[in-house]
Amino acid sequence: MLYAILCYHDEDLVGSWTREQDADVMTKLAVVQDKLKKQGRLGPVARLLPTTAATTLRKDDPPVVLDGPYAETKEQLLGFYVVDCKNLDEALDVARDLGAANPGGAYEIRPVGLFNPGDTQT
Amino acid sequence: MTDTAWIDAALTSARPQAVGALLRYFRNLDTAEEAFQNASLRALKSWPQNGPPRDPAAWLIMVGRNVAIDEVRRTRRQEALPEDEAISDLDDAEDALAERLDGSHYRDDILRLLFICCHPDLPATQQIALALRVVSGLTVKQIARAFLVSEAAMEQRITRAKARVAAAGVPFETPGAVERSERLAAVAAMIYLIFNEGYSASGETSEIRKPLCEEAIRLARLLLRLFQSEPEIMGLTALLLLQHARAAARFDAAGELVLLDDQDRTLWNQKMIAEGLALIDKALRHHSSGPYQVQAAIAALHARAAAPEDTDWAQIDLLYGTLEIMQPSPVVTLNRAVAVSKVRGAEAALEMIEPLGERLSNYFHFFGVRGAFLMQLGRNEEAGVAFDRAIALANTSAEAAHIRMHLDRLIRDSQPRGTKASKK
Repeated sequence: MLYAILCYHDEDLVGSWTREQDADVMTKLAVVQDKLKKQGRLGPVARLLPTTAATTLRKDDPPVVLDGPYAETKEQLLGFYVVDCKNLDEALDVARDLGAANPGGAYEIRPVGLFNPGDTQT
Repeated sequence: MTDTAWIDAALTSARPQAVGALLRYFRNLDTAEEAFQNASLRALKSWPQNGPPRDPAAWLIMVGRNVAIDEVRRTRRQEALPEDEAISDLDDAEDALAERLDGSHYRDDILRLLFICCHPDLPATQQIALALRVVSGLTVKQIARAFLVSEAAMEQRITRAKARVAAAGVPFETPGAVERSERLAAVAAMIYLIFNEGYSASGETSEIRKPLCEEAIRLARLLLRLFQSEPEIMGLTALLLLQHARAAARFDAAGELVLLDDQDRTLWNQKMIAEGLALIDKALRHHSSGPYQVQAAIAALHARAAAPEDTDWAQIDLLYGTLEIMQPSPVVTLNRAVAVSKVRGAEAALEMIEPLGERLSNYFHFFGVRGAFLMQLGRNEEAGVAFDRAIALANTSAEAAHIRMHLDRLIRDSQPRGTKASKK
Protein backbone atom coordinates (compact mmCIF):
# COMPACT_ATOMS: atom_id res chain seq x y z
CA MET A 1 0.00 0.00 0.00
CA LEU A 2 1.19 3.47 -0.77
CA TYR A 3 1.40 6.04 1.99
CA ALA A 4 1.93 9.73 1.62
CA ILE A 5 4.09 11.21 4.34
CA LEU A 6 3.30 14.91 4.51
CA CYS A 7 5.96 17.03 6.17
CA TYR A 8 4.88 19.87 8.43
CA HIS A 9 7.28 22.21 10.14
CA ASP A 10 7.61 25.86 11.12
CA GLU A 11 9.02 27.37 7.95
CA ASP A 12 10.39 30.41 9.80
CA LEU A 13 12.46 27.98 11.80
CA VAL A 14 13.57 25.93 8.81
CA GLY A 15 14.40 29.20 7.03
CA SER A 16 16.63 30.15 9.96
CA TRP A 17 18.83 27.10 9.59
CA THR A 18 22.31 27.94 8.40
CA ARG A 19 23.39 26.58 5.02
CA GLU A 20 25.39 23.95 6.90
CA GLN A 21 22.41 22.90 9.01
CA ASP A 22 20.21 22.62 5.95
CA ALA A 23 22.81 20.61 4.05
CA ASP A 24 23.28 18.38 7.09
CA VAL A 25 19.57 17.58 7.25
CA MET A 26 19.40 16.88 3.51
CA THR A 27 22.36 14.51 3.73
CA LYS A 28 20.81 12.59 6.60
CA LEU A 29 17.48 12.38 4.81
CA ALA A 30 19.21 11.10 1.68
CA VAL A 31 20.50 8.13 3.69
CA VAL A 32 16.97 7.16 4.71
CA GLN A 33 15.70 7.66 1.17
CA ASP A 34 18.52 5.60 -0.35
CA LYS A 35 17.62 2.69 1.88
CA LEU A 36 13.99 2.86 0.73
CA LYS A 37 15.04 3.27 -2.89
CA LYS A 38 17.19 0.13 -2.74
CA GLN A 39 14.15 -1.74 -1.44
CA GLY A 40 12.12 -0.34 -4.34
CA ARG A 41 9.73 1.37 -1.93
CA LEU A 42 10.37 5.06 -2.60
CA GLY A 43 7.91 6.99 -4.77
CA PRO A 44 8.01 10.70 -5.58
CA VAL A 45 9.65 13.05 -3.09
CA ALA A 46 9.12 16.81 -3.08
CA ARG A 47 10.44 19.73 -1.08
CA LEU A 48 8.21 22.73 -1.62
CA LEU A 49 9.34 26.32 -1.95
CA PRO A 50 8.30 28.67 0.91
CA THR A 51 4.60 29.36 1.37
CA THR A 52 5.31 32.95 0.31
CA ALA A 53 5.61 31.51 -3.21
CA ALA A 54 2.19 29.85 -2.88
CA THR A 55 -1.06 30.92 -4.50
CA THR A 56 -4.46 29.54 -3.57
CA LEU A 57 -7.42 29.14 -5.88
CA ARG A 58 -10.70 28.98 -3.99
CA LYS A 59 -13.18 27.09 -6.10
CA ASP A 60 -15.99 29.55 -5.63
CA ASP A 61 -18.08 30.57 -8.59
CA PRO A 62 -16.23 32.27 -10.12
CA PRO A 63 -12.99 30.93 -8.61
CA VAL A 64 -11.04 33.37 -6.42
CA VAL A 65 -7.26 33.55 -6.49
CA LEU A 66 -5.57 34.38 -3.20
CA ASP A 67 -1.94 35.00 -2.32
CA GLY A 68 -0.34 32.59 0.08
CA PRO A 69 -1.01 29.05 1.26
CA TYR A 70 -4.46 27.57 1.75
CA ALA A 71 -4.26 27.48 5.52
CA GLU A 72 -2.62 29.85 7.97
CA THR A 73 -1.07 27.42 10.37
CA LYS A 74 1.70 27.44 12.91
CA GLU A 75 3.42 24.67 10.97
CA GLN A 76 3.31 24.61 7.20
CA LEU A 77 3.24 21.87 4.59
CA LEU A 78 6.84 21.91 3.37
CA GLY A 79 7.07 18.71 1.35
CA PHE A 80 6.02 15.10 1.02
CA TYR A 81 7.13 11.55 0.32
CA VAL A 82 5.24 8.67 -1.23
CA VAL A 83 6.40 5.36 0.19
CA ASP A 84 5.31 1.77 -0.36
CA CYS A 85 4.58 0.11 3.00
CA LYS A 86 2.76 -3.07 4.02
CA ASN A 87 0.82 -1.41 6.78
CA LEU A 88 0.64 1.61 9.05
CA ASP A 89 3.32 0.26 11.38
CA GLU A 90 5.79 0.11 8.53
CA ALA A 91 4.83 3.61 7.39
CA LEU A 92 5.32 4.88 10.93
CA ASP A 93 8.75 3.24 10.99
CA VAL A 94 9.70 5.14 7.85
CA ALA A 95 8.37 8.35 9.36
CA ARG A 96 10.38 7.69 12.52
CA ASP A 97 13.55 7.21 10.46
CA LEU A 98 12.88 10.41 8.56
CA GLY A 99 12.10 12.18 11.82
CA ALA A 100 15.38 11.06 13.37
CA ALA A 101 17.18 12.60 10.38
CA ASN A 102 15.11 15.77 10.51
CA PRO A 103 13.75 16.47 13.99
CA GLY A 104 11.05 19.00 14.76
CA GLY A 105 7.61 19.52 13.30
CA ALA A 106 5.35 16.62 12.38
CA TYR A 107 4.59 14.05 9.70
CA GLU A 108 1.06 13.32 8.63
CA ILE A 109 0.77 9.79 7.31
CA ARG A 110 -2.04 9.31 4.83
CA PRO A 111 -2.79 6.18 2.80
CA VAL A 112 -2.92 6.96 -0.91
CA GLY A 113 -6.22 6.22 -2.65
CA LEU A 114 -5.29 6.88 -6.25
CA PHE A 115 -1.75 7.13 -7.50
CA ASN A 116 -0.65 8.37 -10.90
CA PRO A 117 3.14 8.60 -11.03
CA GLY A 118 2.95 10.99 -14.01
CA ASP A 119 5.60 11.29 -16.67
CA THR A 120 7.03 14.79 -16.24
CA GLN A 121 10.70 14.98 -17.11
CA THR A 122 11.68 18.05 -15.11
CA MET B 1 24.45 18.78 14.57
CA THR B 2 24.51 19.83 18.19
CA ASP B 3 21.52 20.75 20.33
CA THR B 4 22.83 24.27 20.60
CA ALA B 5 22.81 24.78 16.85
CA TRP B 6 19.13 23.77 16.77
CA ILE B 7 18.29 26.04 19.66
CA ASP B 8 20.18 28.89 18.00
CA ALA B 9 18.08 28.47 14.86
CA ALA B 10 14.89 28.37 16.95
CA LEU B 11 15.91 31.52 18.85
CA THR B 12 16.82 33.31 15.63
CA SER B 13 13.53 32.43 14.03
CA ALA B 14 11.46 33.42 17.09
CA ARG B 15 13.39 36.60 17.73
CA PRO B 16 11.57 39.17 15.55
CA GLN B 17 8.20 38.16 16.92
CA ALA B 18 9.33 37.80 20.53
CA VAL B 19 11.31 41.04 20.71
CA GLY B 20 8.50 42.77 18.82
CA ALA B 21 5.93 41.64 21.39
CA LEU B 22 8.21 42.50 24.31
CA LEU B 23 8.73 45.92 22.81
CA ARG B 24 4.97 46.38 22.75
CA TYR B 25 4.77 45.51 26.47
CA PHE B 26 7.71 47.51 27.68
CA ARG B 27 7.86 50.26 25.07
CA ASN B 28 11.58 50.38 25.51
CA LEU B 29 13.97 48.69 23.17
CA ASP B 30 16.67 47.98 25.73
CA THR B 31 14.22 46.41 28.17
CA ALA B 32 12.72 44.31 25.38
CA GLU B 33 16.09 43.10 24.19
CA GLU B 34 17.25 42.33 27.68
CA ALA B 35 14.05 40.41 28.39
CA PHE B 36 14.57 38.37 25.24
CA GLN B 37 18.18 37.77 26.18
CA ASN B 38 17.17 36.47 29.61
CA ALA B 39 14.49 34.27 28.11
CA SER B 40 17.02 32.88 25.63
CA LEU B 41 19.38 31.97 28.47
CA ARG B 42 16.57 30.08 30.17
CA ALA B 43 15.73 28.38 26.88
CA LEU B 44 19.30 27.14 26.56
CA LYS B 45 18.93 25.51 29.98
CA SER B 46 15.39 24.27 29.69
CA TRP B 47 14.93 23.18 26.07
CA PRO B 48 17.66 20.53 25.92
CA GLN B 49 16.11 18.88 29.01
CA ASN B 50 12.41 19.33 28.36
CA GLY B 51 12.46 19.45 24.61
CA PRO B 52 11.61 22.56 22.63
CA PRO B 53 8.19 24.09 23.28
CA ARG B 54 5.58 23.80 20.57
CA ASP B 55 5.57 27.54 20.15
CA PRO B 56 9.05 28.87 20.92
CA ALA B 57 8.08 32.51 20.35
CA ALA B 58 5.17 32.37 22.81
CA TRP B 59 7.42 30.66 25.36
CA LEU B 60 10.10 33.32 24.98
CA ILE B 61 7.60 36.17 25.22
CA MET B 62 6.07 34.77 28.39
CA VAL B 63 9.35 33.97 30.08
CA GLY B 64 10.94 37.21 28.94
CA ARG B 65 8.04 39.17 30.28
CA ASN B 66 8.02 37.43 33.63
CA VAL B 67 11.74 37.74 34.16
CA ALA B 68 11.64 41.42 33.31
CA ILE B 69 8.72 41.98 35.68
CA ASP B 70 10.59 40.26 38.50
CA GLU B 71 13.50 42.49 37.73
CA VAL B 72 11.31 45.57 37.92
CA ARG B 73 9.87 44.42 41.25
CA ARG B 74 13.29 43.79 42.66
CA THR B 75 14.55 47.23 41.72
CA ARG B 76 11.26 48.89 42.52
CA ARG B 77 12.71 50.90 45.38
CA GLN B 78 15.74 52.13 43.51
CA GLU B 79 14.27 53.20 40.22
CA ALA B 80 11.28 54.99 38.86
CA LEU B 81 8.74 52.49 37.66
CA PRO B 82 7.35 52.17 34.19
CA GLU B 83 3.73 53.18 34.09
CA ASP B 84 1.42 50.58 35.49
CA GLU B 85 -0.50 50.38 32.30
CA ALA B 86 2.56 49.17 30.45
CA ILE B 87 2.97 46.20 32.77
CA SER B 88 -0.60 45.65 33.87
CA ASP B 89 -1.19 42.42 31.99
CA LEU B 90 1.52 40.44 33.72
CA ASP B 91 1.69 36.82 34.69
CA ASP B 92 -1.07 35.97 32.33
CA ALA B 93 0.15 33.01 30.39
CA GLU B 94 -3.13 32.41 28.66
CA ASP B 95 -3.19 35.96 27.44
CA ALA B 96 0.20 35.51 25.86
CA LEU B 97 -0.88 32.36 24.11
CA ALA B 98 -4.13 33.84 22.93
CA GLU B 99 -2.26 36.80 21.54
CA ARG B 100 0.05 34.50 19.73
CA LEU B 101 -2.88 33.45 17.64
CA ASP B 102 -3.84 37.00 16.88
CA GLY B 103 -2.13 37.45 13.55
CA SER B 104 -2.62 41.18 13.32
CA HIS B 105 -0.83 41.89 16.61
CA TYR B 106 2.00 39.65 15.61
CA ARG B 107 2.26 41.37 12.24
CA ASP B 108 2.35 44.88 13.62
CA ASP B 109 4.82 43.88 16.34
CA ILE B 110 7.35 42.74 13.79
CA LEU B 111 6.69 45.65 11.49
CA ARG B 112 7.11 48.09 14.40
CA LEU B 113 10.37 46.46 15.41
CA LEU B 114 11.71 46.74 11.86
CA PHE B 115 10.31 50.22 11.47
CA ILE B 116 12.00 51.78 14.49
CA CYS B 117 15.30 50.67 12.98
CA CYS B 118 14.70 52.80 9.90
CA HIS B 119 14.12 56.04 11.75
CA PRO B 120 14.72 58.86 9.24
CA ASP B 121 17.26 60.51 11.59
CA LEU B 122 19.50 57.48 11.32
CA PRO B 123 22.02 57.32 8.48
CA ALA B 124 21.63 54.23 6.31
CA THR B 125 24.60 52.39 7.82
CA GLN B 126 23.18 52.84 11.33
CA GLN B 127 19.75 51.63 10.23
CA ILE B 128 21.23 48.46 8.84
CA ALA B 129 23.47 47.84 11.82
CA LEU B 130 20.58 48.38 14.23
CA ALA B 131 18.25 46.07 12.32
CA LEU B 132 20.87 43.34 12.16
CA ARG B 133 21.46 43.64 15.88
CA VAL B 134 17.88 44.06 17.09
CA VAL B 135 15.78 42.13 14.57
CA SER B 136 18.20 39.54 13.28
CA GLY B 137 20.05 39.12 16.55
CA LEU B 138 23.50 39.03 14.99
CA THR B 139 26.23 39.73 17.50
CA VAL B 140 28.11 43.02 17.37
CA LYS B 141 31.14 40.99 16.39
CA GLN B 142 29.35 39.41 13.42
CA ILE B 143 28.02 42.77 12.25
CA ALA B 144 31.41 44.43 12.63
CA ARG B 145 32.93 41.67 10.56
CA ALA B 146 30.36 42.07 7.81
CA PHE B 147 30.93 45.83 7.74
CA LEU B 148 34.70 45.39 7.90
CA VAL B 149 35.04 47.67 10.92
CA SER B 150 36.31 47.05 14.42
CA GLU B 151 34.01 45.64 17.04
CA ALA B 152 34.43 48.77 19.16
CA ALA B 153 33.45 51.02 16.27
CA MET B 154 30.38 48.94 15.54
CA GLU B 155 29.42 48.83 19.22
CA GLN B 156 29.55 52.60 19.26
CA ARG B 157 27.53 52.88 16.05
CA ILE B 158 24.78 50.68 17.43
CA THR B 159 24.76 52.43 20.80
CA ARG B 160 24.34 55.77 19.06
CA ALA B 161 21.59 54.44 16.86
CA LYS B 162 19.76 53.06 19.89
CA ALA B 163 20.05 56.36 21.73
CA ARG B 164 18.45 58.15 18.79
CA VAL B 165 15.67 55.62 18.54
CA ALA B 166 15.03 55.87 22.29
CA ALA B 167 14.89 59.66 22.06
CA ALA B 168 12.38 59.40 19.23
CA GLY B 169 10.11 57.12 21.24
CA VAL B 170 8.47 53.87 20.18
CA PRO B 171 5.39 54.32 17.97
CA PHE B 172 3.37 51.76 19.92
CA GLU B 173 -0.13 52.56 18.70
CA THR B 174 -1.50 50.12 16.18
CA PRO B 175 -0.84 51.80 12.84
CA GLY B 176 -3.62 52.82 10.50
CA ALA B 177 -3.69 51.64 6.89
CA VAL B 178 -1.75 54.60 5.51
CA GLU B 179 0.84 54.47 8.28
CA ARG B 180 1.19 50.76 7.85
CA SER B 181 1.95 51.10 4.17
CA GLU B 182 4.46 53.89 4.87
CA ARG B 183 6.18 51.71 7.43
CA LEU B 184 6.21 48.85 4.99
CA ALA B 185 7.90 50.99 2.32
CA ALA B 186 10.55 52.22 4.77
CA VAL B 187 11.24 48.69 5.99
CA ALA B 188 11.44 47.35 2.44
CA ALA B 189 14.01 50.02 1.59
CA MET B 190 16.06 49.07 4.64
CA ILE B 191 16.00 45.37 3.74
CA TYR B 192 17.22 46.33 0.29
CA LEU B 193 20.05 48.30 1.88
CA ILE B 194 21.07 45.29 3.95
CA PHE B 195 21.15 43.20 0.81
CA ASN B 196 23.19 45.75 -1.11
CA GLU B 197 25.67 46.01 1.72
CA GLY B 198 26.41 42.33 1.14
CA TYR B 199 25.96 42.36 -2.62
CA SER B 200 28.27 45.26 -3.38
CA ALA B 201 31.13 43.55 -1.58
CA SER B 202 34.29 42.99 -3.56
CA GLY B 203 35.65 39.54 -4.32
CA GLU B 204 37.92 39.22 -1.33
CA THR B 205 35.14 40.19 1.08
CA SER B 206 32.12 38.71 -0.68
CA GLU B 207 32.26 35.48 1.29
CA ILE B 208 32.38 37.36 4.60
CA ARG B 209 29.49 39.59 3.57
CA LYS B 210 27.30 36.93 2.01
CA PRO B 211 25.39 36.46 5.29
CA LEU B 212 24.07 40.00 4.84
CA CYS B 213 22.42 38.96 1.57
CA GLU B 214 21.02 35.82 3.15
CA GLU B 215 19.71 37.74 6.14
CA ALA B 216 18.06 40.30 3.86
CA ILE B 217 16.31 37.48 2.00
CA ARG B 218 15.16 35.95 5.28
CA LEU B 219 13.74 39.30 6.40
CA ALA B 220 12.07 39.87 3.03
CA ARG B 221 10.39 36.46 3.22
CA LEU B 222 9.32 37.24 6.77
CA LEU B 223 7.79 40.52 5.65
CA LEU B 224 6.06 38.84 2.74
CA ARG B 225 4.58 36.21 5.03
CA LEU B 226 3.11 39.04 7.10
CA PHE B 227 1.87 40.97 4.07
CA GLN B 228 1.06 38.23 1.62
CA SER B 229 -0.73 40.32 -0.96
CA GLU B 230 1.71 43.21 -1.32
CA PRO B 231 3.08 43.06 -4.87
CA GLU B 232 6.03 45.32 -4.06
CA ILE B 233 7.13 43.03 -1.23
CA MET B 234 6.86 40.11 -3.66
CA GLY B 235 8.94 42.18 -6.07
CA LEU B 236 11.54 42.98 -3.43
CA THR B 237 11.85 39.35 -2.36
CA ALA B 238 12.07 38.22 -5.98
CA LEU B 239 14.71 40.85 -6.75
CA LEU B 240 16.91 39.75 -3.84
CA LEU B 241 16.53 36.06 -4.71
CA LEU B 242 17.27 36.55 -8.41
CA GLN B 243 20.35 38.65 -7.71
CA HIS B 244 21.67 36.40 -4.98
CA ALA B 245 21.11 33.35 -7.21
CA ARG B 246 24.12 34.54 -9.20
CA ALA B 247 26.40 34.82 -6.15
CA ALA B 248 28.54 31.77 -6.93
CA ALA B 249 29.27 33.02 -10.46
CA ARG B 250 29.99 36.66 -9.69
CA PHE B 251 33.63 36.25 -8.69
CA ASP B 252 36.35 34.09 -10.15
CA ALA B 253 38.89 32.08 -8.19
CA ALA B 254 41.16 35.12 -7.93
CA GLY B 255 38.33 37.20 -6.47
CA GLU B 256 37.90 39.22 -9.67
CA LEU B 257 34.45 40.41 -10.56
CA VAL B 258 32.88 38.42 -13.40
CA LEU B 259 30.32 40.43 -15.34
CA LEU B 260 26.96 39.02 -16.28
CA ASP B 261 27.89 38.16 -19.88
CA ASP B 262 30.92 36.19 -18.77
CA GLN B 263 29.39 34.32 -15.84
CA ASP B 264 29.18 30.54 -15.81
CA ARG B 265 25.41 30.29 -15.74
CA THR B 266 25.48 26.69 -14.56
CA LEU B 267 26.63 28.10 -11.21
CA TRP B 268 23.44 30.08 -10.80
CA ASN B 269 21.21 28.77 -8.03
CA GLN B 270 18.16 27.40 -9.82
CA LYS B 271 16.11 26.99 -6.67
CA MET B 272 16.41 30.69 -5.85
CA ILE B 273 15.64 31.57 -9.46
CA ALA B 274 12.52 29.38 -9.38
CA GLU B 275 11.33 31.08 -6.20
CA GLY B 276 12.07 34.53 -7.63
CA LEU B 277 10.22 33.81 -10.86
CA ALA B 278 7.25 32.39 -8.95
CA LEU B 279 7.04 35.59 -6.90
CA ILE B 280 7.12 37.80 -10.00
CA ASP B 281 4.32 35.75 -11.53
CA LYS B 282 2.31 36.33 -8.38
CA ALA B 283 3.09 40.04 -8.26
CA LEU B 284 2.12 40.65 -11.89
CA ARG B 285 -1.38 39.37 -11.22
CA HIS B 286 -1.99 42.43 -9.04
CA HIS B 287 -1.48 44.86 -11.93
CA SER B 288 0.04 47.33 -9.52
CA SER B 289 3.57 47.88 -10.68
CA GLY B 290 6.37 49.40 -8.63
CA PRO B 291 10.13 49.84 -8.72
CA TYR B 292 10.96 46.56 -6.97
CA GLN B 293 8.76 44.60 -9.34
CA VAL B 294 10.30 46.26 -12.38
CA GLN B 295 13.83 45.63 -11.16
CA ALA B 296 12.90 42.04 -10.36
CA ALA B 297 11.43 41.65 -13.84
CA ILE B 298 14.74 42.84 -15.30
CA ALA B 299 16.67 40.39 -13.14
CA ALA B 300 14.21 37.69 -14.24
CA LEU B 301 14.96 38.29 -17.91
CA HIS B 302 18.63 37.72 -17.18
CA ALA B 303 17.81 34.64 -15.11
CA ARG B 304 15.68 33.16 -17.88
CA ALA B 305 18.45 33.49 -20.49
CA ALA B 306 20.40 30.24 -20.65
CA ALA B 307 23.19 32.07 -22.53
CA PRO B 308 23.98 35.81 -22.72
CA GLU B 309 22.86 35.96 -26.37
CA ASP B 310 19.42 34.67 -25.35
CA THR B 311 18.83 37.78 -23.23
CA ASP B 312 15.72 39.74 -24.20
CA TRP B 313 17.45 43.13 -24.27
CA ALA B 314 14.53 44.85 -26.00
CA GLN B 315 12.29 43.96 -23.07
CA ILE B 316 14.97 45.05 -20.60
CA ASP B 317 15.19 48.37 -22.43
CA LEU B 318 11.42 48.79 -22.04
CA LEU B 319 11.52 47.89 -18.35
CA TYR B 320 14.32 50.37 -17.64
CA GLY B 321 12.19 52.91 -19.49
CA THR B 322 9.37 52.19 -17.01
CA LEU B 323 11.79 52.44 -14.11
CA GLU B 324 13.04 55.79 -15.41
CA ILE B 325 9.50 57.12 -15.13
CA MET B 326 8.94 55.66 -11.65
CA GLN B 327 12.32 56.55 -10.23
CA PRO B 328 14.12 59.02 -12.49
CA SER B 329 17.85 58.72 -11.86
CA PRO B 330 20.94 59.01 -14.03
CA VAL B 331 22.04 55.58 -12.83
CA VAL B 332 18.83 54.02 -14.17
CA THR B 333 19.38 55.76 -17.50
CA LEU B 334 22.95 54.48 -17.54
CA ASN B 335 21.70 50.93 -17.04
CA ARG B 336 19.12 51.43 -19.73
CA ALA B 337 21.83 52.58 -22.10
CA VAL B 338 23.54 49.20 -21.75
CA ALA B 339 20.34 47.54 -22.95
CA VAL B 340 20.03 50.12 -25.72
CA SER B 341 23.56 49.35 -26.88
CA LYS B 342 22.54 45.71 -27.34
CA VAL B 343 19.33 46.56 -29.17
CA ARG B 344 20.18 49.65 -31.20
CA GLY B 345 23.95 49.78 -31.02
CA ALA B 346 26.64 51.70 -29.18
CA GLU B 347 26.07 54.93 -31.05
CA ALA B 348 22.51 55.31 -29.75
CA ALA B 349 23.60 54.26 -26.29
CA LEU B 350 26.42 56.77 -26.21
CA GLU B 351 24.06 59.52 -27.25
CA MET B 352 21.76 58.52 -24.43
CA ILE B 353 24.37 58.79 -21.68
CA GLU B 354 26.05 61.97 -22.96
CA PRO B 355 23.69 64.26 -20.95
CA LEU B 356 24.50 62.29 -17.75
CA GLY B 357 28.17 63.23 -17.78
CA GLU B 358 27.81 66.14 -15.43
CA ARG B 359 25.75 64.38 -12.77
CA LEU B 360 27.79 61.18 -12.93
CA SER B 361 31.17 62.87 -13.17
CA ASN B 362 32.37 60.93 -10.11
CA TYR B 363 30.65 57.66 -10.85
CA PHE B 364 32.87 54.72 -11.65
CA HIS B 365 30.31 52.81 -13.71
CA PHE B 366 29.57 55.81 -15.92
CA PHE B 367 33.13 55.87 -17.23
CA GLY B 368 33.37 52.10 -17.46
CA VAL B 369 30.21 51.95 -19.56
CA ARG B 370 31.14 54.99 -21.63
CA GLY B 371 34.57 53.53 -22.32
CA ALA B 372 33.00 50.26 -23.44
CA PHE B 373 30.63 52.03 -25.85
CA LEU B 374 33.49 54.08 -27.32
CA MET B 375 35.56 50.96 -27.68
CA GLN B 376 32.74 49.27 -29.58
CA LEU B 377 32.67 52.23 -31.93
CA GLY B 378 36.40 51.93 -32.50
CA ARG B 379 37.06 55.29 -30.81
CA ASN B 380 39.89 53.73 -28.85
CA GLU B 381 41.66 56.88 -27.81
CA GLU B 382 38.55 58.33 -26.17
CA ALA B 383 37.79 54.93 -24.69
CA GLY B 384 41.22 54.90 -23.09
CA VAL B 385 40.55 58.28 -21.47
CA ALA B 386 37.22 57.05 -20.08
CA PHE B 387 38.80 53.87 -18.70
CA ASP B 388 41.58 55.85 -17.04
CA ARG B 389 38.98 57.96 -15.33
CA ALA B 390 37.06 54.84 -14.27
CA ILE B 391 40.15 53.34 -12.68
CA ALA B 392 40.73 56.55 -10.76
CA LEU B 393 37.16 56.32 -9.43
CA ALA B 394 37.09 52.57 -8.74
CA ASN B 395 35.71 51.68 -5.32
CA THR B 396 37.37 48.31 -5.06
CA SER B 397 40.50 46.73 -6.44
CA ALA B 398 38.27 44.26 -8.32
CA GLU B 399 36.58 47.11 -10.16
CA ALA B 400 39.90 48.68 -11.08
CA ALA B 401 41.31 45.35 -12.22
CA HIS B 402 38.32 44.80 -14.45
CA ILE B 403 38.75 48.12 -16.24
CA ARG B 404 42.47 47.50 -16.56
CA MET B 405 41.56 44.33 -18.44
CA HIS B 406 39.61 46.46 -20.91
CA LEU B 407 42.55 48.80 -21.28
CA ASP B 408 44.89 45.89 -21.93
CA ARG B 409 42.53 44.68 -24.61
CA LEU B 410 42.50 48.11 -26.19
CA ILE B 411 46.23 48.09 -26.40
CA ARG B 412 46.40 44.48 -27.54
CA ASP B 413 44.03 44.67 -30.45
CA SER B 414 42.85 47.72 -32.27
CA GLN B 415 39.76 45.89 -33.53
CA PRO B 416 36.51 47.00 -31.94
CA ARG B 417 34.82 44.23 -30.04
CA GLY B 418 31.58 43.46 -28.19
CA THR B 419 31.04 45.31 -24.96
CA LYS B 420 31.28 43.59 -21.66
CA ALA B 421 30.04 46.47 -19.67
CA SER B 422 26.66 45.44 -18.44
CA LYS B 423 25.65 46.14 -14.89
CA LYS B 424 27.30 43.68 -12.55
